[in-house]
This record gives sequence, C-alpha cells and structure tokens, in this order.
Amino acid sequence: MIAFREVSVRYPRAAADVLRDVSLEAPRGRITAIVGPNGSGKSTLVRALIGRQPLRAGTVTIDGRPIEALGRRDVATRVAVVTQREEPAFPIDVPEYVRLGRFPHLGTWRSPDAGDRAAVERALSLAGVTALASRRIDTLSGGEWQRVRLARALAQGGDALVLDEPTTFLDVGHEMAVFELLSHLAHRERLAVLLVSHQLNLVARFADTMVLLHRGAVVAAGAPGEIMQGPVLEMVYDWPVVIARDPAVGAPTLVPLRGRVPR
Amino acid sequence: MRTSRWLALLAAIVVIATLAVALGTVQLSLGGVWDALLGEGDPLARTVVRDLRLPRVALGLLVGAGLGMSGAALQGTMRNALAEPYLLGVSGGAAVGAVLALAAALPFALVPVAAFAGALVAVALALAVARAGGSAGDPRVLLMAGVVVGAFANAVIMIALAGDAPNTVRNALWWMMGSVATATWRDVAWLAAYVLAAGALLVAWGRQVDVLALGVENAAALGLDAERASRRLYLLAAMLAASTVAVAGLVGFVGLVVPHVARALGAQRHRATIVASAMAGAALVVAADLAARTVRPPAELPLGAVTAIVGVPFFLSQLRRIA
Repeated sequence: MIAFREVSVRYPRAAADVLRDVSLEAPRGRITAIVGPNGSGKSTLVRALIGRQPLRAGTVTIDGRPIEALGRRDVATRVAVVTQREEPAFPIDVPEYVRLGRFPHLGTWRSPDAGDRAAVERALSLAGVTALASRRIDTLSGGEWQRVRLARALAQGGDALVLDEPTTFLDVGHEMAVFELLSHLAHRERLAVLLVSHQLNLVARFADTMVLLHRGAVVAAGAPGEIMQGPVLEMVYDWPVVIARDPAVGAPTLVPLRGRVPR
Repeated sequence: MRTSRWLALLAAIVVIATLAVALGTVQLSLGGVWDALLGEGDPLARTVVRDLRLPRVALGLLVGAGLGMSGAALQGTMRNALAEPYLLGVSGGAAVGAVLALAAALPFALVPVAAFAGALVAVALALAVARAGGSAGDPRVLLMAGVVVGAFANAVIMIALAGDAPNTVRNALWWMMGSVATATWRDVAWLAAYVLAAGALLVAWGRQVDVLALGVENAAALGLDAERASRRLYLLAAMLAASTVAVAGLVGFVGLVVPHVARALGAQRHRATIVASAMAGAALVVAADLAARTVRPPAELPLGAVTAIVGVPFFLSQLRRIA
C-alpha cells in the first residue's frame, strides 16, 4: 500500500505550498484515482513518490515504511511508476526495453538470472504485448507504446503501480484497453493501482476510490458516486456542469455545459 | 549485437592495423612485417615497424577507442545523438589544460591531469551555457554551447603558443588538428592506462546509461539517482577525451560517428554500444591516420582534418534527422 500522510510540498522560491496536508491511501486490490484540474498538484504527488520532489512536511510510506528509509532502489522494486511522458533517445527492441524494468533489482553488477527473465516474460504477457516482442519501440502505435511502458513497469515486480495520465493521446478503443488492463491488474492480480487522470467519466467507471485535488489540497475523497457531484466539481473546475447517469452503463457521468465565454 | 558482427569489427581492426603497419613511404610485405615483429630481417624495416609504425598504430587504436567510448557515453547520458567530446568543447578544454601544463613545464605524467581539469571546466561551461539558453534538453542548444566553448579554447591555445619558437613545443596547429605522428611507447603506455581504467568503469556503468537514456524522470522511477549518475558518467567521458587529447591533440567527430556505427550494427544496451564504439573508433582512427600519411606522400595531412572530412557530412545528415 502507498500512503501519503499530511504531505506538503513547496517549490524553491515559491510563496505558497503546491501540496498542502495531502493524505491519501492506495491499497492493494483497488484502483485509486487522483483527479483535479490542471495545476492542482497531481503530478507533484507522483514526483514526490519517486524522490524528485522533497517534502516540506509529512511522510510518504510504502507498506508502512517511509520512502526515505527504503532508499530509491528499494522503492523502485516495490512501486513502479509510469511517468507522464517518455521519449526514448534510441530505438531498441521491445524485450530489451521491458528488461530495463529489472534495473532496480540488478543494479550495476548482478547478471540477470532465471527469475529476472521470468519477470520480464510475465510482464510482457500481463500487459498483453508478447506479440510485439519482435518489434522496435519506435515502430509502435501510441496504444501499443503505452502498453509496452506498462510492461516495463510490471517487470519491476512490485505490488504497486502508479500511472500519470496513461491515456493522454489515445483514442477511445486504446483508452478502454488500458483501463481494462488496469482493472485486471488491481482486481485480479491484486496490485495497488494509483492513477492520475483527467478522464473523470472513465475514472468514475473503473476506480474504486476517487481523490479530488484542488489547489494542492484534497477537497473530497471517496467512492465515485460521492465524488461525482455537480456543486463540488463546478467549484473545482470553475465551469458549469451537470452530473447525469449514463443510460447504458449506469455510471455517474459529468457533462460540462455550454454557454459561458471562456475567461 | 550478434557474434558475427563482433567478429567483423575485430577483423576490421586487425586488417586496418596490419595495413597501417605495412604501408607508407617504406612499403613492406606481410612477410616483412612479420620478420620485423620477430626482430629479424632488414634492420631498416625493423626500425620502421617497431619504433615508428607500431607505436603510431597502437596510439591510434587507443585514441579511437577512448573517443568512441566517450562519445557513446555522452550520447546516451545526454540523450543526444549529436553529442561528442569535440563538438561539446570538452576536447578543446582538455587541449587548453594540456597546453598550459606544458607551457608551465609540468612533468609529463601531469599533462593528462591538467587536460582532465580543462575538460571538466569545458563540460561544466557548455552545460551552464545551454541552461542559460533555457533548454538544456534541446540537443541543438547544447551543441551550440559546446561549439562556442570549443572556439574559445582554440583562441586560448593560439594565444598561449603564439610567441613560441617553432619546434620547441608542439605548436598550435598540432593541438588543434590532432596527430599521432610523434607517437612513442611512453605515450602508448600512459594512454592505455587511462583508456583501460576509464573504459572499464564506463562499461560497468553501462546499465545506468541505458536507464538515463529514458530521461531523468524515468530513470528516477527506476531507482537511479539520475543527477549523481550523470555527473559520474560525464567525469569518465571527460577523462577519456582528455587523455586522448593530451597525447594526440584534437581529433574531432570520431566520438560522434562511431556510436551510430555501433547502433547500426545492432548494439542496443550501452554496455555493447560502448564496447563496439571503442572497437569501431579504434579502426576509424587508424584508418584515418593511414589515409593521412599515404594520400599525398611525402606530406602528412593532419589527422583531425581527415576525421572532420568524414565526420562533417555525417553530422549534417544526423542534424537533418533531428531537426
């Protein structure tokens, strides 16, 4: 389980905190989704988790142990992070790329053994990209590339998966494929999945818990039905909305209204 | 990378090195070379082979290996397919260090150290200038910074050596155009120590280059302290470049070209890319030096000029690809 406890973060030379007293948990077997407008601090949370953002206050723990006590490599064997953007400098084959997920286990000196190879095979199969094994990463479509990135993260072999906007730039079919895969990983493979996403309606269908961030603070957290409420979303996104119930699947659905001149 | 391609690289080195020992103003047959190596046969051939051509070929191999590994490490760590010690000004900084050390009459053993110091100043300057440009991530901005640092280094060398009588110290042209013509076994021994030590560490840290090539955030997500790892790799790349400059002056574009050759041959992980770049670099520099002394005999072309003739069109083709 990943847990943030009263985490505050302030950028150097900034007047105010970019995260204020944020507490949230991402337990195993569930999808926990962080939503909120641009600049609400979602990606900063992810950066804090991988040690790229020092905390001003609070703690981030993994299975109860603070990340500072674990150290970077230990964190990477427990939590895999699929960052928002990744443009590899040199094209390599898909299996070579997925093998890089074993880096936290291998370090500089250890040679890959049968366990490492099995982890890579399993990751390729879990992410459904075994068939792409003969391809080079620069020949993949956007949807294939995101799944291959997921495979690399799964090869890290931890119990937790963190994804920052995994479906940006993907069409509906590929977006659904990624969400279904995440659902499988959380609910069948019992991983803790922590997801940062702008896709409120999809998140409302797939996530077990939603955490709504606004100006660096948690304004609401709970089941999708509790978070998908008109007044709070209107306040947070500063745009008139209504919440409908999707006639086909019954999930709460956000419908932004027209008619206001953008500021 | 497939075994057959490693063997092809090795064969290329052996063939080119053999030709480089056999060909020149005094032409030798393979049998003549063999006799001379064993200390038999014609005394003139023996001197030519053992005292002139062999150290020159050995130095060329080491210079090429050092520059190739330096380029491979810089390209991977900086995620920049155009990075190399010469274009980043690292070699220029090293030459300034070496020239100042010789001008101050420091012992020969300290010349590579001074070159290393100069190289570090240059790499720090180039990175700082690129950051001041606002986008250290843009490969073209970093190169521009490096070229400016390199031009400044050349100016310093010219000024430092302007008043010297000819033939007292190596002149400015020697430093700026590179040469292995004055190779001695002492040069070879010094360079071998630096290239082997720094190269071995670089190969060991090759996995870190693989991870850094994914970008800083992704490297951090894989548990690597990206800033610290990058600094260490820059140090090693600068040391490799500096040690080659201390014994052979500025030989440009080798570090640019050979990592591309290594990748074209199928190297994917940086351990393979670095080793293959060392081999391809060794072959390239010895071939370029062979061309330098056989194309227009008895004149010798500057080695750096020959590598630039090969490197500049390659650079332009790569620049078009990223632009």
